[in-house]
Amino acid sequence: MSSDANKSPSASQKTRFWHDPAKRAILFQSLLVIAVLGFVGMIVQNTLHNLESRGITTGFAFLSQEAGFGIIQSLIDYSESSSYGRTFFVGLLNTLLVSVLGIIAATLLGFIMGIARLSNNWLISKVASAYVEIFRNIPLLIQIFFWYFAVLRALPSPRQSLEPIENIFINVRGLYMPEPIYGDGFGWVVAAFFIAVVAVFFISRWSKKRQDETGQRFPMLWTAAGLIIGLPLLVYWVMGSPLTWEAPVLKGFNFRGGMTIIPELAALWVALTIYTAAFIAEIVRSGIEAVSHGQTEAASALGLNRGKVLRLVVVPQAVRVIIPPLTSQYLNLIKNSSLATAIGYPDLVSVFAGTTLNQTGQAIEVIFMTMLVYLTLSLLVSAFMNWFNTRMALVER
Amino acid sequence: MSMTHQVEDKLMVEMRGVNKWYGQFHVLKDVNLEVKKGERIVICGPSGSGKSTTIRCINRLEEHQKGDIIVDGTTLNNDLKNIETIRREVGMVFQHFNLFPHLTVLENCALAPIWVRKTPREEAEEIAMKYLRRVKIEEQALKYPGQLSGGQQQRVAIARSLCMNPQVMLFDEPTSALDPEMIKEVLDVMVELAEEGMTMLCVTHEMGFAKTVADRVIFMDKGQIIEENEPHEFFNNPQSERTKAFLSQILNH
Repeated sequence: MSSDANKSPSASQKTRFWHDPAKRAILFQSLLVIAVLGFVGMIVQNTLHNLESRGITTGFAFLSQEAGFGIIQSLIDYSESSSYGRTFFVGLLNTLLVSVLGIIAATLLGFIMGIARLSNNWLISKVASAYVEIFRNIPLLIQIFFWYFAVLRALPSPRQSLEPIENIFINVRGLYMPEPIYGDGFGWVVAAFFIAVVAVFFISRWSKKRQDETGQRFPMLWTAAGLIIGLPLLVYWVMGSPLTWEAPVLKGFNFRGGMTIIPELAALWVALTIYTAAFIAEIVRSGIEAVSHGQTEAASALGLNRGKVLRLVVVPQAVRVIIPPLTSQYLNLIKNSSLATAIGYPDLVSVFAGTTLNQTGQAIEVIFMTMLVYLTLSLLVSAFMNWFNTRMALVER
Repeated sequence: MSMTHQVEDKLMVEMRGVNKWYGQFHVLKDVNLEVKKGERIVICGPSGSGKSTTIRCINRLEEHQKGDIIVDGTTLNNDLKNIETIRREVGMVFQHFNLFPHLTVLENCALAPIWVRKTPREEAEEIAMKYLRRVKIEEQALKYPGQLSGGQQQRVAIARSLCMNPQVMLFDEPTSALDPEMIKEVLDVMVELAEEGMTMLCVTHEMGFAKTVADRVIFMDKGQIIEENEPHEFFNNPQSERTKAFLSQILNH
């Protein structure tokens, strides 16, 4: 074959490079990268110049200086003589605490409300609808103010504390509970708990295998509950109850001892939970409704009862629809927790991007670190949820 | 021409004076139907005539408000035990297949034997493979429904029902959602099933199928059974005007 015959008519003409989409894309992308780099360089240059002319030193040296202010809630040792660097971790842990508590509670409440909205019971479904419509449509900040100022600020002073259960006190300063003091041998109780969990894991594998082989089913739920609760209780009793409680005691104007949940945490947690759960309820409802009724019919027609239809057919399909929007609700909740600063809950924004920034004036470093934290948290949560989602994804063609 | 086969005297499905309303709308009006073991019934009629509703009442996908339905000696009432007993004995094939998209073809078929009949998994999968072979689709066993054509999906749906070893099979317009070239592969499977003596109730517009397979053809209109007869008489000598009008519309194409 001659080489001329292989050439298509257009190939013999020279293509101008801006008519070639691939080359054109490279050109435009290069131009964009140059423009972005130039812009960033200009901003950095400008900022450094401004900082220098005002006499502000840049860098992260301030992190090791003494903070000199107190924080009302800390999960790690912290005092006024701790460093600014430590205020970062105190704030970060407080943010994580309220986020994790919020995600767990909002997921539970959201699933309950979402399923309740689909209930055939008129009252239940209407209550769930009203809940969703009310809490979804009021700004979160107002809800935080409501729980903090209208509900928790209205509680009595420490001397008139409410005591709904013995040794648990509720007053305007917070919720005071007895703190567990672990005696000798409590480690065995913890060990018994973990042994029970491992045992349940193996028994459930065994029961699945037995079902595969013989078709017999094993009352797994009751066995698991019995083991996980029963075994630690038994060990606890055998070891002679190695756990005592230190009750909070009213001394002077406030309680001493025990564990405390400060009203700022309670208000923020409740508000974040109730607000986010309203959105999750809608996501769950739409996820279940997205599974076509034909699936339920086909499964029922095969003789599966209502519970098994849900468990084996509807829920596995609904979960796939639910996960992606659920992820963005989790991300929203984490980011919304920064509204803590409005009521003085010592989260990352309030402590680090608030007090620490004001005292040090290191705005760029502090804001940069704070943004990096939220970015990292959000990306971690997304990565985990995406991984979970791909595991559950439907196989199409 | 009907095929020769064994029809026993035992009644498999009995509907006596069945009535159903959707709100004010009277969908089924005094439907009486008796289906003997081994009998093949085709139900036809214009859309909205209540033919699908009739067979969907037999396994309680729809609830009837008046009259009695007795399936293989079990009376259909609000007792969940009775409903489950009947559903175990009655297989159903839907217009839109309704395979479970999150399970493989094999898992679709083995699901009910495992969870309803408590069959060991290995045995359930053997049963599933047996019926998948029968509908000539065993090589697709490990694929997901989304990877199959419509005709293949419908054959899997038939196999899935057969895995429960049902006494009666209900077909609710099984070929209506299929491309023309896939209708035959599904009808072939249904004819084969009929030849093996399965008791069948088919709602379908496939009049060729009715002529070759049915023992009786039932014509419904506006929630009532207007006419029923053996296929030769039904098609060549229809009695009621409405049947004649319906037949002239669907046969003249």
